[in-house]
Amino acid sequence: MLGRTLREVSVALKQGQITPTELCQRCLSLIKKTKFLNAYITVSEEVALKQAEESEKRYKKGHSLGDLDGIPIAVKDNFSTSGIETTCASNMLKGYVPPYNATVVQKLLDQGALLMGKTNLDEFAMGSGSTDGIFGPVKNPWSYSKQYREKRKQNSHSENEDSNWLITGGSSGGSAAAVSAFTCFAALGSDTGGSTRNPAAHCGVVGLKPSYGLVSRHGLIPLVNSMDVPGILTRCVDDAATVLGVLAGHDPKDSTTIQDPVKPFTLPSLTDVSKLCIGIPKVTFTKVLSSPIQTTDLGNRLVEFESLLCHFY
Amino acid sequence: MAAPMLRWCCSGRRFAFARVGCGSCHRRGPPTGSTSNGKRGQSSVAQQPHITAQKPRKGEPEWAAVVGLEIHAQIASNSKLFSGSQVCFAAPPNSLVSFFDASLPGTLPVLNRRCVEAAVMTGLALDCHINRKSLFDRKHYFYADLPAGYQITQQRLPIAVNGSLAYSVYVGRKPSQMVTRTVRVKQIQLEQDSGKSLHDDLRSQTLIDLNRAGIGLLELVLEPDMSCGEEAATAVRELQLILQALGTSQANMAEGQLRVDANISVHRPGEPLGIRTEVKNLNSARFLAKAIDYEIQRQINELENGGEILNETRSFDFKLGCTVPMRDKEGKQDYRFMPEPNLPPLLLYDSGSLPSGADPQQVINIDQLRERLPELPRVTRQRLVQQYGMLPEHSCVLLNEVGLLEFFQNVIKETRAEPKKVTSWVLNTFLGFLKQQNLAVSESPVTPSALAELLDLLDRKAISAPAAKQVFEELWRNEGKTPAQIVAEKKLELLQDPEALEQLCRSTLEAHPDVVMDLKRGNPRAINKLIGLVRKATLGRADPTAIKEVLERQLSS
Repeated sequence: MLGRTLREVSVALKQGQITPTELCQRCLSLIKKTKFLNAYITVSEEVALKQAEESEKRYKKGHSLGDLDGIPIAVKDNFSTSGIETTCASNMLKGYVPPYNATVVQKLLDQGALLMGKTNLDEFAMGSGSTDGIFGPVKNPWSYSKQYREKRKQNSHSENEDSNWLITGGSSGGSAAAVSAFTCFAALGSDTGGSTRNPAAHCGVVGLKPSYGLVSRHGLIPLVNSMDVPGILTRCVDDAATVLGVLAGHDPKDSTTIQDPVKPFTLPSLTDVSKLCIGIPKVTFTKVLSSPIQTTDLGNRLVEFESLLCHFY
Repeated sequence: MAAPMLRWCCSGRRFAFARVGCGSCHRRGPPTGSTSNGKRGQSSVAQQPHITAQKPRKGEPEWAAVVGLEIHAQIASNSKLFSGSQVCFAAPPNSLVSFFDASLPGTLPVLNRRCVEAAVMTGLALDCHINRKSLFDRKHYFYADLPAGYQITQQRLPIAVNGSLAYSVYVGRKPSQMVTRTVRVKQIQLEQDSGKSLHDDLRSQTLIDLNRAGIGLLELVLEPDMSCGEEAATAVRELQLILQALGTSQANMAEGQLRVDANISVHRPGEPLGIRTEVKNLNSARFLAKAIDYEIQRQINELENGGEILNETRSFDFKLGCTVPMRDKEGKQDYRFMPEPNLPPLLLYDSGSLPSGADPQQVINIDQLRERLPELPRVTRQRLVQQYGMLPEHSCVLLNEVGLLEFFQNVIKETRAEPKKVTSWVLNTFLGFLKQQNLAVSESPVTPSALAELLDLLDRKAISAPAAKQVFEELWRNEGKTPAQIVAEKKLELLQDPEALEQLCRSTLEAHPDVVMDLKRGNPRAINKLIGLVRKATLGRADPTAIKEVLERQLSS
C-alpha cells in the first residue's frame, strides 16, 4: 500500500480498502524503522493520528475533502507549522514553535492531509547536500539498495558500514528521502537554486519547482526572497500535478504571488512521446553534460529555436 | 544682496504668520571674486571642512544661516503600513503587534492602501510630482526596537518629489507687512516607524514596546531654504495644518505623530555652505524654533572664536535650552540599502492610464484622489477673508487654534449679528478666556449657541456692550443658564424707554451743576463723568453712546 502513488491511495481510501488511521500508523511505523536515514527532525505522531481520526470520520460520512484527504505528507522544516517546532536545522531557531501555519501547509491541511512530520535540510536551506544541518546529514535511501550494497562490498576495504552512504542532495534532502523511502506520499520542499530538483534527482523521485509567484511563500522562512519557491516532491508526475493544483494561486498575504486566477488542470495522459517537442536551453547542452545524456540517441533531433512555429515573449 | 545682521526673531504665539527679522537672509551663492582670502577661494564644494573665522569688517554682512528639515508624520490609518495590526495611541504595551511586526520568520509585508492614498494626497497638496512608479528598499541597522534589523523605506524612488510648501511671515512691526515664503519639498516617502525603547536606568534594562513598530510614516524632506528658527517653526505649523486638513495625519508633535529633525549650518553670504549639524529630539514647534536659533548662534560663536563645526548629531535639551552632542560617531553608518524583494514596484494610475477592467480595489487613481482633496488651509484663510471681511491675521488665528474655526462657523450659522462682530468676539473675548485658563476649544464652557444668542441680544440692542461682557463672564461659569436668563436675572436689559432716559439725564444734569459748568468751560472729559453718573443711575442698563447723545442734545438746548 505504501508503495502506491498518491492518486492510487486516494482511490483506495475512498473505496474503503484502507482507513486513514491504518495508513497513518503504517507510515509512522515505517518512519521509526527508517530512522537511520535521519530524514525527519520532528515526527508529529499525535497530530497525525488526530488528523487521521477526523479524516476517517469524513470518509465514513462520504464527505471527503478531496484527493488529499487522509494522505500522509511531510513538510520541510523551513515551513512554519503552528504548534510544531520549526528549526530550519539551525540552533538559531531550535525550540521555536511558530504560532501560525505557512499558507501552503494550511492549504494541505485544509484538504485533509496528514502531517507526518518536519523533514531535515541543510541549515536555513543553504546547501545542496543536506549535510550541513545541526541534526546531522540525511542519508539517501538508495544507500541501502541491493545494487549499492553489492557495489560497496566489491569496493570496500573493511570500512565501517555505517559511514558508507550516499547523500540525498539538498537542501530538501529530508523531504526527498521521506518520499523515496515510502514514509509519505508527498512532501514539501523549497527551491531557490535547485533545492527541490537536486535531491529529487539524487533520490529518484519527482521534484517540481513551480514558477516564482505561482505558489505562496508566506510562512516559508526565506533564503533568497526573490528566488525561493515552495517545491513539491512525489513519486510520480501526476501526484505532483495534484498537489500543485491545491497549492497554486494568489495569496493576499504574499505580495509576490501573481493575481491572475489559476485554473485547475489535469495532465493529459501520454502514451506516445515521439511527437513531443521539448525545449532545451542551448547553453545547457555543452560538453559539461555527463556522457550518458549526451550520447543517448532517442531518435530525436535538436533543432534551432527560431525554426519552430511558436510565440516569442 | 545686502544681508542684514542676523537678529533674534521674537518668539511669540505660534502663528502660521510669524515675525521674522532674518527675512532677507541670503542663501547659497557662488564665492564672489571679491573675497580675498586664498584659503577660502579654493574649493567650491558645498561642504568645506574648514571655515576660517574672520573679524567682521565694519558694515560687512555677518552670517547667514541655512536650515533644512526632515519631518516624519505618522499616517492616520486604522492599520499599520505593512500589516493588519491596529494603530492606536496609548494602548497597553505590546498589545498591537502582529507576527510581521514582531518579525517572526516567514512573515511578509502587504502594502496598506490607505497609507498610499495618504502619501499621494499629501504630495498633491504640496504640489509634488507623483511618481507613477515607486520602489521600496531595506535600510539595515541594528537596534532593539527594530526586530527585523531593517526598516522598509523608499530610498531609490520615493512616491512624490519636487513640491513646495508656502507659509507667511511678518517682515515688519505692522501686521500688514506680510510676505509669503516657500520652502521646496525635496521628496515624500513612505516608511515604517520603529518600536519604542523605554530605558529603565534603575534596573539597568531597556523595555521594548512594539505597538509603534510598523506604523506608516510619511517622511517629508524640506530643502534648506529656511534661515532661522521662526521660519522653520512656521513652515512646520503650516504643514501641520495641511496634514490635519487632509486627514492624512493628526500631526500632534506632543504625541509623537509629527517628529522634526533640523539640519543647520552657517556661512558668510556669498560663500559656500558650512558644515551642517543635525538636531533631533524636538517635540514642539516652540522648542524647534529655540533649538534652531540656539544652534545657529552656537555655530556662529564657534566659528568666530576660531573653532570648527563637526558634522554631528545633536540633541536639544529643553531644560537647559541648548543643543548637546548626541551620538558617538564611530564613522558613517552603512545602511546596506537593498531593494525590498517582497514588495513589487508600486504603480499608480491616473484616469488616462488606468488599465481597462482593473479592479478598483486594487488600483489607485491619482485623479480621483485629486478631486477628493479637501479645502487646504491657505484656501480656507482666503475664503474667510473674502467671505467675512476679516483681516488675514485673524483667519490665521482661527485656523491655528484647534477647533476654533468650527466654533466660529457654528456661531455664524446661528446668529444674526455681523460677521465682523462675531470675529471680534471669538478672537478677543472667547479666545482670551480660553487662554487665560489654558483650555482647549473643546473644553469651553460656552457653546456656540450660547454665544450666538448673546450676540443676537447685542445686535438687537437689547443689552449694551459692557453688559454683554458681563453676561459672557456669567456664561463662562457654566451654571447652565442661557444668556436671556442671565440678562433677566441681573437686570441687564437696556433701558428701552426713551422717556425714562431723558428723565434720568435731565435729573443728573440738574443734580450736578458743577460738572455741567466744567463741561461748558470746555473740559471734554466732563462729559464722560456725566455719562458715568447717568449709567450709575440707570444701573448700567443704558447704552453709553445713547446716553452721550441724549446729554449732548439736552446740554445744547
